[in-house]
Amino acid sequence: MEHIELFFKSIFIDNMVFATFLGMCSYLAVSKKVSTAVGLGAAVIFVLAVTVPVNWLLDQYILQPGALKWLGAEYADYDLSFLSFIMFIATIATMVQLVEIVVEKFSPSLYNSLGIFLPLIAVNCAILGGSLFMQSREIPSIGLAFNYGISSGIGWFLAILAIAAIREKIRYSNVPAPLRGLGITFIITGLMAIGFMSFGGMLTGGDDEGKEQTETAKVEQAEQKEENKLAENTTTINE
Amino acid sequence: MGLLSKKDTKLITDPLADNNPITIQVLGICSALAITAQLKASIVMSLSVLFVLGVGNVVISLIRNIIPSKIRIIVQLTVVAALVIIVDQVLKAFAYSLSKELSVFIGLIITNCIIMGRFEAFALGNGPWKSFLDGIGNALGYAVILIIVGFFRELLGSGTLLGFKVLGDPIEKTGLYAIGYENNGFMLLSPMALIVVGIIIWVQRSKNKDLIEDH
Repeated sequence: MEHIELFFKSIFIDNMVFATFLGMCSYLAVSKKVSTAVGLGAAVIFVLAVTVPVNWLLDQYILQPGALKWLGAEYADYDLSFLSFIMFIATIATMVQLVEIVVEKFSPSLYNSLGIFLPLIAVNCAILGGSLFMQSREIPSIGLAFNYGISSGIGWFLAILAIAAIREKIRYSNVPAPLRGLGITFIITGLMAIGFMSFGGMLTGGDDEGKEQTETAKVEQAEQKEENKLAENTTTINE
Repeated sequence: MGLLSKKDTKLITDPLADNNPITIQVLGICSALAITAQLKASIVMSLSVLFVLGVGNVVISLIRNIIPSKIRIIVQLTVVAALVIIVDQVLKAFAYSLSKELSVFIGLIITNCIIMGRFEAFALGNGPWKSFLDGIGNALGYAVILIIVGFFRELLGSGTLLGFKVLGDPIEKTGLYAIGYENNGFMLLSPMALIVVGIIIWVQRSKNKDLIEDH
């Protein structure tokens, strides 16, 4: 259930392109033709599925505060989380290189279709964004991290496929000259994002209860704090 | 201007309008859109990019002759990542709530295409002083768009600028709200950022016909 929920949530509700604008640069640059868009989209799914679990392991066993406990008790209070940017990007760059070599060796036909996009992907915000969101949303297990990588990749794939199809058609319509090309693409993406927002209602059923609970808990905490402050004040006055 | 020759000034002023990194070169859009719901966040983001791009361009330009061209992408990524870690730690120390708000988007400066784009296109082929000016110019061009978008989204969306209630108080019905004005909450949602940038592009290209594309 957890897996299905995360899967649909990352494809539709937290869609990389429409909700967080990740990977917009390549999204705009490579969406002129459907065939190239499919190639890049597939490469993104592939690389996300590899890098998110690897970075999850890295985060869990090296970077998090206290993650080095497995080395011995004296390492337990190290906090290397400030290194996460550089570690993540290094992992991504090497994984992309590795994937490129492996694919070239074992499947030349796949390499021919994905090949030119793979180096591009190392600097695609969607890939680093996937790992950073994985870290900030505290995804609990490696299975879920793998799921998150694949499903957010699929979300990105759907987005670029849709915009490429629309851009192929829009060539035949009469767009105002200053809006042609980039301008109209931005506005269409905005409208598509509004459309995708309607998926937001899909998973709210269970979430609301949880939210209410945490909110009441927060209010209680705040009240308690105020009481404590009042108590402190009265004691200082008494003194 | 004794310090800056005519060519040097052009390096700074060009990216502000006719060669703007966002609206013309289509670079660095990823982070530009997500954090512009408030003017303050846009300004902080712009300053972070200004620092990273200015310093990064100088560093890359200084070591451009010793980087082997095969691994230059990894070298560039390392330089940017180190600079971004500095920015992130400074923000966490001095503006913690703001750095929480910007969340992963400070980290995403690493893969901001403006930075890699300027490294590849300019810093690898020019001296440090020129690269510095180019970096500053492009970061300012990025900042201009971010600030325009942030200004309109915050003004129309929540009726405030940098947190000040410039249009009056919506609850006590003062200022504009007294005559029935309502905030457009839709401006705060992410899709409107795209549409605002689309409109900026429209305005810019109507003014300067040379920039119009074929399709």
